[in-house]
Amino acid sequence: MGSYLIRRILLMLLTLFGVSVLIFTLLRLVPGNIADILFDAAGMIDPVEKQKIIRELGLDQPLVVQYMQWISGLLRGDLGFSYISEKPTIDEIAPRIPITASLAAMALTLSVITGVPLGVISAVRQNTKLDYALRVFSLSGLSLPSFWLGLLILMGFVHWFGTIPIYDRNNTPLEQLAFMLVPAMAVGYRASALIMRLTRSSMLEVLRQDYIRTARSKGVSDTGVNYDHALRNAVVPVITIIGIEAAFLIGGLIVTETVFNIPGVARFLVEAIRMRDYPIVQNLVMFIAFSVVTINLLVDLAYSLIDPRIRITD
Amino acid sequence: MSVTVPLDHNAELRRAGAFAHGFFGQARFLARRYPLGAAGAIILIFFILCGIFAEWVAPMDPLTTNAKYSLAAPSARNWMGADMMGRDEFSRIVHGARISLMVAISATGLGAIFGVSIGLASGYIGGWFDLVFQRVVDVLQSLPLLVMALVITAALGPSLENTIIAIALPLIPSVSRVIRSNTLSLREMPFVEAAQAAGMSEWRIAIRHVLPNTLAPLIVLATAQLGSTILTEASLSFLGLGVPEPHPSWGRMLSESAAEYVRTAPWLVIFPGLAISLIVFGTNLLGDAMRDLLDPRQRS
Repeated sequence: MGSYLIRRILLMLLTLFGVSVLIFTLLRLVPGNIADILFDAAGMIDPVEKQKIIRELGLDQPLVVQYMQWISGLLRGDLGFSYISEKPTIDEIAPRIPITASLAAMALTLSVITGVPLGVISAVRQNTKLDYALRVFSLSGLSLPSFWLGLLILMGFVHWFGTIPIYDRNNTPLEQLAFMLVPAMAVGYRASALIMRLTRSSMLEVLRQDYIRTARSKGVSDTGVNYDHALRNAVVPVITIIGIEAAFLIGGLIVTETVFNIPGVARFLVEAIRMRDYPIVQNLVMFIAFSVVTINLLVDLAYSLIDPRIRITD
Repeated sequence: MSVTVPLDHNAELRRAGAFAHGFFGQARFLARRYPLGAAGAIILIFFILCGIFAEWVAPMDPLTTNAKYSLAAPSARNWMGADMMGRDEFSRIVHGARISLMVAISATGLGAIFGVSIGLASGYIGGWFDLVFQRVVDVLQSLPLLVMALVITAALGPSLENTIIAIALPLIPSVSRVIRSNTLSLREMPFVEAAQAAGMSEWRIAIRHVLPNTLAPLIVLATAQLGSTILTEASLSFLGLGVPEPHPSWGRMLSESAAEYVRTAPWLVIFPGLAISLIVFGTNLLGDAMRDLLDPRQRS
């Protein structure tokens, strides 16, 4: 276990190193120097001023040096300064993380508490009208773009309440939580649909096993068989999909935060890309990659804890 | 006295599709067996035809503006209303099918070509080559599809071609993983050994014998990916970083101050979204049927 963990963490660091090189190179491919853009935006015309900007941003250094500066700063916890606001990057990113994290947590919770039971029902009632209805419902979840779903929800708000819910920093935490529930549903539908599909197929697989027949012939009730014997085994692969879905969720968060005007970190990434605010973009992307690989590691570990058949061997 | 029982020896065979001859015979057989998949195929074919014959299907030019009809509600002239610049929404949606499918099919195809090459080479050559490429795949896989696509479009600048590249690149990991694991098991098959014994070169075995056997899982994966590429293109364009003007893209049609149209012109929000959802729903139905048909291990 110990050496497995060390190997995984080393691999994780290697992946993150790869991501940092990739993202750094990609952002340097951008046509048009950031100094030009800032220069034009500030309405300056003096070439001396432009040279000053280039020097201040360290853009006159070779790429390798620029990369080393970024990474060594990152390791020290110094993420540099935003090009646009000129505030420290960390001060721009950190306050937005809890907003996105709570939205993501809420969406994931919603999707698990709806996806798993509906998947079980669908499997237990295989090929009934209920099963077909639930399957169409889940396939729709995989087909509707989450931003459109968000727009439809907003349309419903306009129709029934005459107004659109607006995120307000000054609201009490409880009010904010209530506000988040709506976008969380828009993001979580997809995840819920995926979890439901997987729970269904995994349940169907398990229900065919011999030990289920044994349990039935022993006289265990239907509910007992379904929830005690079948679901406990069927839910294991579902946990992996939650890990994979976490990455998808980030995509959903980006568009949903845009639709609902939530000042989270996901929407901030798009804004930074549009503004070509490299320090924000590269650090945010690193943060996302770090979250994804960490979640994947945790899911793998959880997997072996929940299912004793899956032993991690060194 | 004897009772003659009319025996239909062929009933069983007929059910298994043994008499389904020709393209249409086979199609009819498959449609009966996978009605949902057939529905998906019909939806997809419908959109493909719309895309190909957009000039004939659309009653108006999708780019011609007309201030008189700005934000016009659906009417006999504009079935689905008109946008801010008075362009006919229905015509734009029909032309949007072309953009959406062109991006999705090219991106999926491009991702498949690179994914198959890397996967086949990794699985067949193995060793350090495999090790290096699997680490590259790890890197690509650690970023969500949309984030990766966003950064790539940011790097390359918005254009139709760059959108295709931006969506294709993040597809490579999953394709190469599937092809690699298939290649690894195929490499141990007796027919590979037989080909080696017959003196065939490794290169030829890989291309002629291993590759064709990885086609089924590839088709299953590519059909499944088609839906997500359509969604990714729509999301990119919605965020204003995908297919640029003047191409009518469904995602972009929703982005043009959609939050405002929610109040003033709901038809501009409803119809493009409906088109995206319907086409993705169709590809998902088809994808499920493909998986059932070609991947018996996952058959329920």
